[in-house]
Amino acid sequence: MANIPIEHGLIAASILFVLGMAGILIRRNIIFTLMSIEIMLNAAGLAFVIAGARWGQPDGQVMFLFILSVAASEVSVGLALVLQLFHWYKTLDIDKASQMRG
Amino acid sequence: MNTVFYLSAAIAIIATAMVITRANAMHALLYLIVSFLAVSLMFFTLGAPFIAALEVIVYAGAIMVLFVFAIMLFNLGPQSALMEHQWLRTSGWIGPAILSLILLSELVFELTSGDLHAPAGNVIDPRQVGAAVFSTYLIGVELASILLLASLVGANHLRRHKRVEDPLPRQQETSAVQNSTKDWSSEETPVVRTSAGKSPGEFQDEKVRNESQGTKNNTGEGTTSREL
Repeated sequence: MANIPIEHGLIAASILFVLGMAGILIRRNIIFTLMSIEIMLNAAGLAFVIAGARWGQPDGQVMFLFILSVAASEVSVGLALVLQLFHWYKTLDIDKASQMRG
Repeated sequence: MNTVFYLSAAIAIIATAMVITRANAMHALLYLIVSFLAVSLMFFTLGAPFIAALEVIVYAGAIMVLFVFAIMLFNLGPQSALMEHQWLRTSGWIGPAILSLILLSELVFELTSGDLHAPAGNVIDPRQVGAAVFSTYLIGVELASILLLASLVGANHLRRHKRVEDPLPRQQETSAVQNSTKDWSSEETPVVRTSAGKSPGEFQDEKVRNESQGTKNNTGEGTTSREL
């Protein structure tokens, strides 16, 4: 058990979150967009766990469990959609999917 | 132990920065696994061994394997890396990167403006987590199970490939063919105008539109010829 101030852990989590956000903003490949969403969800869970460790309560870890289930369901549906997109357009460019059709 | 935390935090940040800048998707995925393992070590040093194990099993295990299989299904060649290099121009990423850096500096400033808070200093074992999950957060567990079930059904529904032609456009196509066989000499064939370089969605849309125009023209000319 390390004796880390909560601010340092939260700074690390916010750096990870901002890196994921920048990844969503700068990448056009849809696979990288999904990976960046995973990074952001993971950073949010890290912030929850750090806050839970600050107060010595298990609530932060419970929230991480929920974030984990959200991330798993998101990535399964997202990858199925990306597979369909690749089957239709033969590319991973997210700009090709700018028009919804039915 | 503090050194372990800061070292793994640095590894996680560096690996994540590598993830969002790689051109090859598989290399980025390997860096992402390294990042998740480093975050798992951070969890362990923060006194959350259960979450650390879950991070390795679910994130670095299951979700990343899903990504690996998806990337293998895409069967990307070396030209995709070239495409990524074209997309990653400096003028494209410098603006969002600066804005993100400003947001990050604001966050860090807010977090460091107060005095430091030490953690409570005890390890939260899986027994406590399980007791909290299945007593206080029971509704949340039910909702998470419903979400997972919905994602299972959704992924299973999205998995199957739809056929290229829906039944409705096919009917219009046959009617257009019948009409065009009546007086095909006066009609410019509408299918010729659909260029080949388009994506299938646009192709189909334009085909349907042209065919509806073609049937309209056909009926119009038919009535005029009958009147004449």
